[in-house]
Amino acid sequence: MATAGNSNINAKLVLLGDMGAGKSSLVLRFVKGQFLEFQESTIGAAFFSQTLALSDATVKLEIWDTAGQERYHSLAPMYYRGASAAIIAYDITNTESFERAKKWVDELQKQGNPNMVTALAGNKADLEENRKVAAEEAKAYAEVNGLFFMETSAKTAVNVNDIFYEIARRLPRAQPAQNPGGMILTNTPSEIAQSSNCCS
Amino acid sequence: MDEEYDVIVLGTGLKECILSGLLSVDGLKVLHMDRNDYYGGESTSLNLVQLWKRFGKEDTPPERLGLSKEYNVDMVPKFMMANGALIRVLIHTNVTKYLNFKAVDGGFVYSKGKTHKVPATDVEALKSPLMGLFEKRRARKFFIYVQDYDESDPKSHEGLDLNKVTARDVLSKYGLEDNTVDFIGHALALYRDDSYLDQPATDFVKRIKIYAESLARFQGGSPFIYPLYGLGELPQGFARLSAVYGGTYMLNKPECKVEFDENGKAIGVTSEGETAKCKKVVCDPSYLPEKAKKVGRVARAICIMNHPIPNTNDSHSVQIILPQKQLQRKSDMYVFCCSYSHNVAPKGKFIAFVSTEAETDQPEVELKPGMDILGPVEETFFEIYDRFEPTNQNEDDGCFVSTSYDATTHFESTVIDVLSMYTKITGKEVDLTVDLSAASATE
Ligand SMILES: Nc1nc2c(ncn2[C@@H]2O[C@H](COP(=O)(O)OP(=O)(O)O)[C@@H](O)[C@H]2O)c(=O)[nH]1
Ligand SMILES: [Mg+2]
Repeated sequence: MATAGNSNINAKLVLLGDMGAGKSSLVLRFVKGQFLEFQESTIGAAFFSQTLALSDATVKLEIWDTAGQERYHSLAPMYYRGASAAIIAYDITNTESFERAKKWVDELQKQGNPNMVTALAGNKADLEENRKVAAEEAKAYAEVNGLFFMETSAKTAVNVNDIFYEIARRLPRAQPAQNPGGMILTNTPSEIAQSSNCCS
Repeated sequence: MDEEYDVIVLGTGLKECILSGLLSVDGLKVLHMDRNDYYGGESTSLNLVQLWKRFGKEDTPPERLGLSKEYNVDMVPKFMMANGALIRVLIHTNVTKYLNFKAVDGGFVYSKGKTHKVPATDVEALKSPLMGLFEKRRARKFFIYVQDYDESDPKSHEGLDLNKVTARDVLSKYGLEDNTVDFIGHALALYRDDSYLDQPATDFVKRIKIYAESLARFQGGSPFIYPLYGLGELPQGFARLSAVYGGTYMLNKPECKVEFDENGKAIGVTSEGETAKCKKVVCDPSYLPEKAKKVGRVARAICIMNHPIPNTNDSHSVQIILPQKQLQRKSDMYVFCCSYSHNVAPKGKFIAFVSTEAETDQPEVELKPGMDILGPVEETFFEIYDRFEPTNQNEDDGCFVSTSYDATTHFESTVIDVLSMYTKITGKEVDLTVDLSAASATE
C-alpha cells in the first residue's frame, strides 16, 4: 500500500503480462541498467526496491516480478495484495500477448485495489519491423480502461525509466490510513532503522 | 511438462509449500502441482461464498454477514509462537518479507469452568486468580527456576539433570498442585496429553522458556502472532519463494497420478495425459492414499460471531486451551478466535474455531464445552475430518508423504514434521539458528 508521511511514499508495484512479454527485462533495465538477450528468471530476488526522487516526494517502489508463476496461470492472490501500482506488459510483435494483456487487466480489476495506478507497456518497441500491434489500438484500449500507455524497449531502454517515473508521479500523495498496519518481521537491524522512518 | 525434475511436489498445503521452497533454495529442480485452482489445499483460507460451498450449504450467505471477499476463514486455524519454529523458518527463508503480522491479544486457559489469562512469568503467577496464595508462591519459584535455567550453566540447574529426571520430578520438587500442573503442561508447554510427565524434563523446560520468551517479544497479551489476511498467506509466501528460486507452478491439474517403476519406486507424475519425470515425490496424504493410514479424527466447529469471546478482556484474537482433565476427556480442546483486526472478516465480525481430537461421532455434543464459552453465534459449521499418517518406506519408493494437520492451535508440530521430511529428502538438517534477537518487527 502507498503510505505517505513527509512526502515519503512507499508503494508496491506488480508486473503482469504473459510470459515472454519482457516483464523481467523491464525490471532489470530499470533497476540495474542491464539487458540480457536470454533473460533467465531473476533467481533469488524477493522483489527490488528502488527509490525515486521527484520534485514533490520521494517514492520508494517495491517492485514485484511474477517469478514465472504466470506461466501456468498460478499467480497467488498474495501477489496482488496491497499493490498500489501495476505495469501490464505485452510484446508489440505478438498479437496474442496483447489480447492476454487485456485478460490481465480484467484479473487486476477483480483482485486488486480500485485506486491502483496501472500502466500498459507495449514492450519490444525496438522491433518495429515485426510490429503486429498498432500503437493507436493499444492507446485507445488504455484510454477506455483508465490505464496510461507507453511503448517501451527493455533492450534500448526507450521509455523504461519514463514509465516507472510516471507511475511514481501518479501515485496518490496522501492516502487515508490503512486498516491498522501489521508488522513485518525483519532480519537485519539496519533494515529496521531504514523503514522505521517511513511511517508516522 | 515433459521434463525431468529432482522433486515433484503435489498439493500446495503449508507443509508442501515450505518443503518446495527449501528444496528450490537448495538448487533442486522442483515442479509443484495442485489439483485445485487455488493455493493452500487443506490449509487455505476461504471467503464466505467458498465457505458456504465447502460445507454444502444451500443458497447464498445472508447479507447480515457482510461482504464475502472480506472473509479469510482458515481451514487449519493456528497461531504462530513469536519465538517458535515456524518464525525461524520464515526468517531463515526471508518469506517474512511477503507477510504482515500482528500480535495475538490473548492466551487463556480453561480451569474449573472459567477462562483465565495464562500466567507465564513469576510476576504474572503472583497476580493470577488461577492459584491460591501459597500456590502462587510455589509457582513463582518454579517460573524463576525456568527463566534462569541455562543449559550450559550448571549453576542454574539447581541440582537437577534434566536429561535424567522427568517433568513430574521437576514439578513435584516445587510441590505444584494438579490444577497448576495442568495449565503449565497444556497451556504453556502446549502438550496435547499427559505423557510428557514421565519423559525427561529437558523438552518440558525448553517449551515453557519458548512461551515466556515469545510473550516478551511483541508486548502483546499472548506469545502468538498471526498474519494479516489469514494463514492462507503462508503457503502462498513459500510457493513464491520456491518460484523465485526456479520452482515451476501448476494449479488446477486434475488427477496428478504418481507413476512407479517395476520395483515400486516413484519415477514421475501424470496429469492430463502428460508425464513429468522425477526422482522423488513429496505430497500430502490425499495424493497417495494407499501410502497412508488413518490415525485419528478431528472434530471442529467454525463459528461467525458479532462479538469477542466473553471473559477474554475483549480480545480481538485469542487462544483458549481447555485441558483434557478439566473436561474429563482424553485430549485437549482448543478454541481459536480472530477477527477483522487481522483482516479475516468484515468490520465487527469474529471467527471462532473449536477443535479437538474426536472421541465420538457427534461433534455437536463433543464440542459443547468449547461452544459454551463463545456466547451467541451467528452461524456455525460442524465437521469431522480424518487425519492420516504415512505408512511407506521412502528409501524404497522415493515418496515423502506429510502427516495431516492436527487439532492444535499452534504450529510447533507442523514444523517438526516439515523439518524431519526435509532431512529424509535431502539427508541434511535445516540450520535454523537464525538470530532472533536481531530479527524484530517494523510497524
Ligand atoms: N528485442 C527485445 N527483446 C526483449 C525486450 N524485452 C525482453 N526481450 C526478450 O524477450 C525475452 C523474454 O523476456 P523476459 O524479460 O524474460 O519476459 P517475461 O517472461 O515477461 O519476464 C527475452 O529473451 C528477452 O531478452 C525488448 O524490449 N526488445
Ligand atoms: Mg519473467
